[in-house]
Amino acid sequence: MKTLIDLKKVMKYYYMGEEVVKAVDGIDVSIREGEFVAIMGPSGSGKSTAMNLVGSLDLATKGAIYLDGENIEQMEESELAQLRGKKIGFIFQQFNLIPNLTAKENIMLPMLFQEVNLEDREDRAEELLNLVDLGDRMDHYPNQLSGGQQQRVAIARALANNPDIILADEPTGNLDTKTGELVMGFLEKFHKEGKTIIMVTHDPNLAKAYASTIYWLKDGKIEKTTKGKVKNNKKRGM
Amino acid sequence: MISDYFSLAFRNLKKRGIRSWLTLLGIFIGVAAVVSLISLGNGLQLAVNSQFGVSSTEIISVQAGGLNAYGPPGSAVSDPLTIDDVEAINKLSVVDRAIRRNIPSGKLEFNNKVIFGFAMSIPSGEDRKFTYEELDAESIKGRLLGESDNGNVVLGYNFYANKVGLEKSVDLGDTVKVNDKQFKVVGITKKKGSFIFDNIVHMNDEPLKDLMGYGDDVDLIAVKVKNKDLMDKAKKDIEDLLRKRRNVDKGEEDFEVSTPEAAMETVNSVLNGVKAFVALIALISVLVGALGIVNTMTTSVLERRKEIGIMKAIGAKNSDIFMQFLIEAGLLGLIGGFIGAVFGTLIGILGIIGINNFIGSSASVNIDFVLIFLTLTGSFLVGATAGLIPAMRAAKQNPVEALRG
Ligand SMILES: Nc1ncnc2c1ncn2[C@@H]1O[C@H](COP(=O)(O)OP(=O)(O)O)[C@@H](O)[C@H]1O
Ligand SMILES: [Mg+2]
Repeated sequence: MKTLIDLKKVMKYYYMGEEVVKAVDGIDVSIREGEFVAIMGPSGSGKSTAMNLVGSLDLATKGAIYLDGENIEQMEESELAQLRGKKIGFIFQQFNLIPNLTAKENIMLPMLFQEVNLEDREDRAEELLNLVDLGDRMDHYPNQLSGGQQQRVAIARALANNPDIILADEPTGNLDTKTGELVMGFLEKFHKEGKTIIMVTHDPNLAKAYASTIYWLKDGKIEKTTKGKVKNNKKRGM
Repeated sequence: MISDYFSLAFRNLKKRGIRSWLTLLGIFIGVAAVVSLISLGNGLQLAVNSQFGVSSTEIISVQAGGLNAYGPPGSAVSDPLTIDDVEAINKLSVVDRAIRRNIPSGKLEFNNKVIFGFAMSIPSGEDRKFTYEELDAESIKGRLLGESDNGNVVLGYNFYANKVGLEKSVDLGDTVKVNDKQFKVVGITKKKGSFIFDNIVHMNDEPLKDLMGYGDDVDLIAVKVKNKDLMDKAKKDIEDLLRKRRNVDKGEEDFEVSTPEAAMETVNSVLNGVKAFVALIALISVLVGALGIVNTMTTSVLERRKEIGIMKAIGAKNSDIFMQFLIEAGLLGLIGGFIGAVFGTLIGILGIIGINNFIGSSASVNIDFVLIFLTLTGSFLVGATAGLIPAMRAAKQNPVEALRG
């Protein structure tokens, strides 16, 4: 299967006065289309930084990142924004919904930036909310939803523009085990439908249960790579 | 797309605290001042112009005292003009005709009520015609005074409209007592919207002189100049003449010679002064308001860093964020401007009604929609301009740092 994400000697350094923080320090990784990958490692090992680089939220200090064969380090700001909007769906530990907007409006927002017309945005948002079993919470504001419900809205939002890649940074980190499993169930479902998923987690059981490959980070480097229980990554469209 | 930004901006504004709305006070006051000033100003100008009933621009008026060229001349003039002055002015080569006018105050009795007001002397012969022309006097009931009307009076419109305090309207054929002598009302003058001419009593010169005893003293001399172009020369000649006759030096005149133009200029310059003052206040208010918007928008950008990060993560371009904040700032201005325009228009309307009631003028109230549209557009632009730098800052946020909050 074709390589979707390719990291070549990627480094991200932060310069704090005299000190240099090597948040990511030379990572080489290839991720194929449809893979479910987990990233593990101690706090401060560079997991989030690496995710943000892949998600083109941040630019690497050195090295190259190819998405679908294109070097994102060479793109302009507006192209990167387009890329994030179209090809990537972010899911965060803190849900990161916009508090002034209802569940439905939160899901409509990414489509607004892709200039989808209002009617299609509404239809799609409703469809996605139904998909994450929140059809009865369309007009609720984030503060009227439980953590698990907010994360499901965030998942629906990540899917709004039907991206190829879902980047989930500790998606169950703020949830109890039971709601965490519910959220994982949705990720699993979308993976089966062909999405490529990269997930940061602290929970080795989750990583093993859902991912085919687990990268272990330490001090910004890949310490080891292990296999999860999942053997085959499903093909797209199944 | 743009409409989506507007609705998003509205959503965000709705969640704003009282502090944001207070910053709109500046824009509000500025716009209210401008709108009320302009709608009031037009009316005010009309009212003032109609007060003095200046119809013919070829008339120069001469008064002793030199304090106030208009309004009934005061009785406290120590050295009044006399009939000899009128004769002397009449002999000037640039003068076509000079006539005396007396405007004495007295009491009028009707319906068992007594009021105090002014009467105006109407001269005889050619001067009568000239006076009526000059004052643009017309009757709406009955007629104006003629030579044989020594026992009769013509009253200003407000007597008929029951606006002079007699608690009953005076009509043709009624009898009124002026300084205890009876006169028959033979005419009512057309409404002029002037508190002088609508409240005055016309009386022929002879009976008025007998009644008031002003003798050869003259309150005002109305001078018709031979030719419009000679106005300035006539003014100068009259001044020279009176200086000589009254034995005063230049710059120390105890009389005033005023052309209608000059009078209007005085009135206009006062009005313009008021306008400039209000405009200055408006300008300062708008500036303060704009600074307020800069301030709230800057705060808002800081407070909503995380939101900016989220929007960027889900595909917002810098330009999207920029537009979002710019429109929000513009809307802030627009809302301030809208409330200001509504208030300003109300003040304008109430002001005109007040002026009309107070001085009996008839300036009309008209809402200037072009003006309102322009001020609203202006308010939006002021807001957007104030939001320019905060919006740029918002757009330039690094998404990762912004997400961290
Ligand atoms: N903006 C920044 N400035 C300085 N240091 C940073 C910045 N962002 C991250 N770091 C540092 O980089 C390292 C990796 O951070 P992060 O990727 O968030 O770790 P993880 O997600 O694995 O916990 C940490 O030591 C962190 O302190
Ligand atoms: Mg992290």
